[in-house]
Amino acid sequence: MAAKSSPPTSAQFLPDAKPVAPVSVLAETGKLNRGAKPGMTKTAVLEALRLMMLGRAFDTKCLSLQRQGKLGTFAPIFGQEATLVGTAMALDPAHDWVVPQYRELPAIIRQGQPMERIALYRQGHPDGGIIAEGVNVMATQVSLAAQIPHAVGLAWGLKMQNRPGVVAVYFGDGASSEGDFHESCNLAGVVEAPVIFVLQNNGWAISTPRDIQSGATDLAARAPGYGFPGVSVDGNDLFAVHKVTAEAVTRARAGLGPTLIEAHCFRMGPHTTADDPTRYVDPADLERWAKRDPIDRVQKYLAAEGNWDKATEETWEQDIAAEVEAAFEAASAHPRAGPEAIYEHVYAEPTPTIIRQRDAHLGGQ
Amino acid sequence: MAEMNMVEAIRSALKLEMERDERVIVMGEDVGHLGGVFRATDGLQQFFGSSRVIDTPLAESVIAGSALGLAITGMVPVIEMQFLGFTQQAFHQICQQMSRVRFRTRGSHTAQITIRSPFGGGVRTPEFHSDSMEAQFAQSSGLKIAMPANPYDAKGLLLEAIRDPDPVLYLEPLRGYRLITGEVPRDDYTVPFGRLRVVREGTDVTVIAWSGAVPVAEKAAEIAAEQGISAHVVDLRTLVPLDEEGLVAAVEKTGRCVVVHESVALAGFGAEVIAFLQEQAFYSLEAPMRRVTAPDAPYPMPGIEDFYIPTAEQVARAIAQTMADQ
Repeated sequence: MAAKSSPPTSAQFLPDAKPVAPVSVLAETGKLNRGAKPGMTKTAVLEALRLMMLGRAFDTKCLSLQRQGKLGTFAPIFGQEATLVGTAMALDPAHDWVVPQYRELPAIIRQGQPMERIALYRQGHPDGGIIAEGVNVMATQVSLAAQIPHAVGLAWGLKMQNRPGVVAVYFGDGASSEGDFHESCNLAGVVEAPVIFVLQNNGWAISTPRDIQSGATDLAARAPGYGFPGVSVDGNDLFAVHKVTAEAVTRARAGLGPTLIEAHCFRMGPHTTADDPTRYVDPADLERWAKRDPIDRVQKYLAAEGNWDKATEETWEQDIAAEVEAAFEAASAHPRAGPEAIYEHVYAEPTPTIIRQRDAHLGGQ
Repeated sequence: MAEMNMVEAIRSALKLEMERDERVIVMGEDVGHLGGVFRATDGLQQFFGSSRVIDTPLAESVIAGSALGLAITGMVPVIEMQFLGFTQQAFHQICQQMSRVRFRTRGSHTAQITIRSPFGGGVRTPEFHSDSMEAQFAQSSGLKIAMPANPYDAKGLLLEAIRDPDPVLYLEPLRGYRLITGEVPRDDYTVPFGRLRVVREGTDVTVIAWSGAVPVAEKAAEIAAEQGISAHVVDLRTLVPLDEEGLVAAVEKTGRCVVVHESVALAGFGAEVIAFLQEQAFYSLEAPMRRVTAPDAPYPMPGIEDFYIPTAEQVARAIAQTMADQ
């Protein structure tokens, strides 16, 4: 954006926000920045890497099934793995919640939702919407930003009941233009809800680029307007994402309220399988961001530490592929749903109208 | 028993339920310190504290949306939307999010939430305050809609609504808030959903109404009686669930039917009632069914609203015309 020369204004005009340098720990080369620490144990780094690889493998499998006509439209996560896993790894699944949009697969798996359920959901099976008992996630949310008010309510409710949980809610730069984002941040600031707004700025809302979403220089800079801090982070840097999220979790647990995290990443795949990004994404951007690949970066780091090599990578890939395969096999073995499923769970008890319509439908009338 | 108006009956229900169930919280714009712009929550914050009677920012969508999150943590929110006309700011959260959460998760997450909102005209409110838009919500499968017409039902249906495991839109007729009074038990009782109330027994023609249109229908029945017509007036009480059996019985009794509501005619809930009766009670009908509704025009400025809202005289004319039909 060209620098604007502005006429002098009175002191009470708030200044233009200066661009914020995203927090960075692990450089694109896979080397820690000078003086930086990973902030995660080796075990945690390996768990995170596995989740990132699993997320990518799951979507690769889904893409293949979708191309064969065996799966409906879905939104792949390619490129956003570190943002999702770095945030999720800072949560305690026993108490904390993940409230997803629709591109948060590894974060949901980390919380304990079985992969088989996610496979069922992608197959279009109604039972794919079931949240496993005791798993602190909300259902996939297809309506943009609609989940953000729910997350604030969840966090507020936990706080009112003096329960220890923190809620991480995920959405993109596009969803941050919705009114629900604004209303949610505003309420969260007022009630100091223990909620972490994870804004995944992946550069695109289908074909609409980030600079058309908002005139703001940094989306993280919106937070002070709601009375809480915002932070900008390299979303392809697992350690940096984990670090800022852990800090946000600490703040929330201490009763200090919400944090907005703007994670800079890039949607390396299509918006959904129904989209053709070659119509609008500059290949040069893809090339540039491919060099910042979040998984590759962690593998290089681990290799330099002597904890990763080609053979390990191959073993992991095989194991993960088998795990994904098993999830889809289990989902495919799940009993298919019939027309009666349409009339179930509309209300706790079906109304006379629903019973009449169901009986007519199932009776072939 | 005590003589109460609608507002007092609603407040009595809220207080009773908050004392009985500590999970119940009341939230909305101006509901706390002020006690609501119509004083429906008057004194509740003083009694239960600001952690259970909560003044929220002026933001309908997040009031409804956060209520869903609160419900998932096990709380039972009763939210007030200051006027139904503003509830559309939260339309998506109510109709798609809150109402469908049970269905989408096959019962894993549910929304035990009551949305209270005054609606309807006749009290000279500014623009956008008076619309009757119950039909717009009736298509939201998963949502129930309760519309009491008198203080007894107001209390009993509200207690039923708060205890219902599904979300309930509970609409309060503005015009009747203080105007309509009646005997209300001080103690706990509920009015079950999906059971219509016979307001006045009659034999010639059945008049179907709900909420603020019930007194209009009653008055029309009095006019009709002077003309020698015996009108059977019923109050639906809840649109969802609909008392299907009760409706069929009420119309079969007379073979003639007039539906009265304050909202517009086009795709109004009266259209649903008549379509349902056409399917289920056609062979008992002796005349075409009629509707008396507001015209398909926006709710007007208060200076001319009396020409917009259906009157008892209009309903009485429709009754007479229905009787004249062979």
